[in-house]
Amino acid sequence: MADSPVAELLLRRLEAADGGLDSAEVAAELGVEHQAMVGAVKSLQALGEIIEAEQRSSRRWELTTEGEEIAREGSHEARVFHSIPPEGLAQSELMRLPSGKVGFSKAMSNKWIRVDKSTADGPRVFRVVDSVADEVQRRLRLVQCGEAEKLGEKERSELRKRKLLSEVILKTYWVNKGSAFSTSISKQETELSPEMISSGSWRDRPFKPYNFSARGVLPSSGHLHPLLKVRTQFRQIFLEMGFTEMPTDNFIESSFWNFDALFQPQQHPARDQHDTFFLRDPAEAGQLPMDYVQRVKRTHSQGGYGSQGYKYAWKLDEARKNLLRTHTTSASARALYRLAQKKPFTPAKYFSIDRVFRNETLDATHLAEFHQIEGVVADHGLTLGHLMGVLREFFTKLGITQLRFKPAYNPYTEPSMEVFSYHQGLKKWVEVGNSGIFRPEMLLPMGLPENVSVIAWGLSLERPTMIKYGINNIRELVGHKVNLQMVYDSPLCRLDAEPVRSRMQEAA
Amino acid sequence: MPTVSVKRGLLFQALGRTYTDEEFDELCFEFGLELDEITSEKELISKEQGNEKAAKASDVVLYKIDVPANRYDLLCLEGLVRGLQVFKERIKAPVYKRVLPKGEIQKLTITEETAKIRPYAVAAVLRNIKFTKDRYDSFIELQEKLHQNICRKRALVAIGTHDLDTLSGPFTYTAKRPSDIKFKPLNKTKEYTACELMNIYKTDNQLKHYLHIIENKPLYPVIYDSNGVVLSMPPIINGDHSKITVKTRNVFIECTGTDFTKAKIVLDIIVTMFSEYCENQFTVEATEVVFANGKSHTFPELAYRKEIVRADLINKKIGIRETPENLAKLLTRMHLKSEVIGNGNQIEIEIPPTRADIIHACDIVEDAAIAYGYNNIQMSLPKTYTIANQFPLNKLTELLRHDMAAAGFTEGLTFALCSQEDIADKLGLDISATKAVHISNPKTAEFQVARTTLLPGLLKTIAANRKMPLPLKLFEISDIVVKDSSRDVGARNYRHLCAVHYNKSPGFEIIHGLLDRIMQLLNVPPGERKGGYVIKASEGSAFFPGRCAEIFARGQSIGKLGVLHPDVITKFELTMPCSSLEINIEPFL
Repeated sequence: MADSPVAELLLRRLEAADGGLDSAEVAAELGVEHQAMVGAVKSLQALGEIIEAEQRSSRRWELTTEGEEIAREGSHEARVFHSIPPEGLAQSELMRLPSGKVGFSKAMSNKWIRVDKSTADGPRVFRVVDSVADEVQRRLRLVQCGEAEKLGEKERSELRKRKLLSEVILKTYWVNKGSAFSTSISKQETELSPEMISSGSWRDRPFKPYNFSARGVLPSSGHLHPLLKVRTQFRQIFLEMGFTEMPTDNFIESSFWNFDALFQPQQHPARDQHDTFFLRDPAEAGQLPMDYVQRVKRTHSQGGYGSQGYKYAWKLDEARKNLLRTHTTSASARALYRLAQKKPFTPAKYFSIDRVFRNETLDATHLAEFHQIEGVVADHGLTLGHLMGVLREFFTKLGITQLRFKPAYNPYTEPSMEVFSYHQGLKKWVEVGNSGIFRPEMLLPMGLPENVSVIAWGLSLERPTMIKYGINNIRELVGHKVNLQMVYDSPLCRLDAEPVRSRMQEAA
Repeated sequence: MPTVSVKRGLLFQALGRTYTDEEFDELCFEFGLELDEITSEKELISKEQGNEKAAKASDVVLYKIDVPANRYDLLCLEGLVRGLQVFKERIKAPVYKRVLPKGEIQKLTITEETAKIRPYAVAAVLRNIKFTKDRYDSFIELQEKLHQNICRKRALVAIGTHDLDTLSGPFTYTAKRPSDIKFKPLNKTKEYTACELMNIYKTDNQLKHYLHIIENKPLYPVIYDSNGVVLSMPPIINGDHSKITVKTRNVFIECTGTDFTKAKIVLDIIVTMFSEYCENQFTVEATEVVFANGKSHTFPELAYRKEIVRADLINKKIGIRETPENLAKLLTRMHLKSEVIGNGNQIEIEIPPTRADIIHACDIVEDAAIAYGYNNIQMSLPKTYTIANQFPLNKLTELLRHDMAAAGFTEGLTFALCSQEDIADKLGLDISATKAVHISNPKTAEFQVARTTLLPGLLKTIAANRKMPLPLKLFEISDIVVKDSSRDVGARNYRHLCAVHYNKSPGFEIIHGLLDRIMQLLNVPPGERKGGYVIKASEGSAFFPGRCAEIFARGQSIGKLGVLHPDVITKFELTMPCSSLEINIEPFL
């Protein structure tokens, strides 16, 4: 059984027909609304190959409401003409007729009537001819019978200007039998039900096909933050490479560990109020490892360990000043100091990824806090070539293979090298990290053996994430102004796989 | 990193050849410089002040070159060219000499009044120098670069350069009460007292930054000649009387400061760079400086120092195998004249006065590596064998994060710094009750304190995402900071877990259920038995009365959960009911 009687009727007609049918014609023949026929065609189409339907559009002339009235009752001018008795009619009276105004001027220009203004009681209207042929009514009746093509272009456009005719575009279907044509269509099931399974009725039932181009319903779930998904991947990479995670859960650090221990002189611009957040409370670090502090002081102010030193008056008060750590290298310094206290020396590989703070001017790519990634290897006889080799492995795991190294200056590494990688999108070399070998003036006062070198490198977590995900404004990624939709939509983080840029940008 | 701009034409003329921009960029990269920008005066002015002002400016091409912060010898065209020419072995490094004048030596005496303000001064004379407009501009520009970098905005060292022919030595460096100092400063038409000047310069865009260095001192430093002419009032301004021009032939240079080492370096850099234009190239006329203690010194020092480094040490640090002779050659290209000595494995390196950055053998190793070419070094992997460990707190955090997301909560990442209002007023607390650490120099209220709770960050995240469909379920596992006198720095972090539920109804049962789930994940059973967890009715200023409970686990209080107080919701610009949970996860390690 078909879904609707109209569909069933259509199928019967189609069975009898030789070749195809026009939906509008069938509708007219069956005396149903064309819209109902279109619905039947669509529902049959959805069933698969029962019918084939091709959409066509055709133009057709139709009468307007006024046009239909004229086709029925005659044109205004004819009605005016017929309402005038042989003895004539007062013009004022004629004007009060429904067709009066329009009909009068039209009948005048057709020379069917005349006005006599000499009569005593105002102008009177008289017939001029005995009978008239109502051409407008005839033409409209032709259109009404579907024979509009018998009218000339000029005649049609005149009627259209008088708003008696309008042209409509009709969308119809040209319907043919489909490959699975049948007049007996049974109602399709939408879903499999437990009853069907238990009764086995699913075997005899047709099922409505699925629309596979529609979107599914997203599962309701929680989501991890994209930057922290990248953090997870970086941790994974370091762990794969045998690096042990350093404790970094101390945002507050003394100037000593943040700067002095790294052989960063006390007048260094990074120690300026403009660059670093210092603390008002607690303003100073109460405890410092004083033996070690003395060695650091001597190295800064007088030199030693083969160094000339910076030759300035090093002040303990300056070293005690508390601050929000400006880099996680302070945590690396603490870890290396602990390592130096263990005798005999055992080689170590360390990493950390955590927040650091800078009292900087904020813009689209800089915030006052960001995450720093740091890797450190301490062993006998490490070389610059080793550093480059470790960097190559590390960046390969990030999917970055084209590397180049530029000499650079860092206060606590020497030699120092900036790491550049070729960016396919930007078509240029971009800096992806900074690295070097820690200065002996940093390591030897800690108590590390002289022939132990420590290679290290660092990069920010935000920058590769922004490049990877195509995010231009860091505030969309980090902080409370994050776009949660972006968090919901963010894909897996697979650093060595193809960039996920385009999808992320869509989401943003 | 300081940036030096040089005219491309002048640079290529001095280098004796031209480069394409790409070639020059490559050369910079190799040498450890960065060709930061190719521009012109016109372009720079038009960018800052619009096309109209730029119309008359020069369109000579400028290279802006980033120079490493410790290479003061590369801060001017002269030094850059010398560095690159020696690097490319087109010239040999010049030898800088200090000479005594034929007549009387110039003398500068320091009086003891300077001790408390700016105790050090050094000086030298560039005799029979020939400036051109470009040389003169470079001379002024170098002083500016030095002031901004090694001189730490004139706080450590300030430079004054004078036309010696307008002055008459000996000179005195002393300190006087500001009202007693009166002179015509550079580019002014009349005399002012120091007090007046300090007022005038408060509105001077350049000089106002230096006033603080001496502003509150009872005495201001000042240098006079034997006729009482003021040379300068360091570190603020020079006198107009002795100002140098393109026509000046004899330049008297004085550097005053609080850091003796840096004052000597600055003087050495200026004279080594510009003695190139003296009649006797690379010679500098000595000046005698008598310190307040009566001891006499001669400047500039122009000290050459010798270091001996083993060739195999250089090879071992870099990871290359070059002969000692080759290494000596590489170092010589870096302005470090070197030769093989002794048994053939020692290299003697001469460190010139221009290379104050060389303070250890590792600096020499780096220069050898640069000359060898970083990108020519064979990469290898260290044999270091280690077993990796995760930091237990981070390991726990990672595990919990994933299960929080699996429980339907979305992760936030909020700032560790915030305003006092966020952690106190908005939560109905007084700031003194928070144990928060306070920042002394915040530029805005957003950075007044480190957060003591994660809740404000998550509530602000919701406020910024109010257009999102409800419910909003967020969590964050991150550190908060509180004062703790038992720690070396007097403060410590705690790893907190915070979750919020924001919807048309508070959903306390959802937050409570989340707590139950977290405890299940942490293998903490419900109940008061030792090792279990319970929640007990409590109160908190952030919570709606009667809708707050304290969470106890493993015998200690670990946090609170409840329905937020309407005042808190309103203060965070929210409109819906909200319940939250915040616990310290460190007891579960």
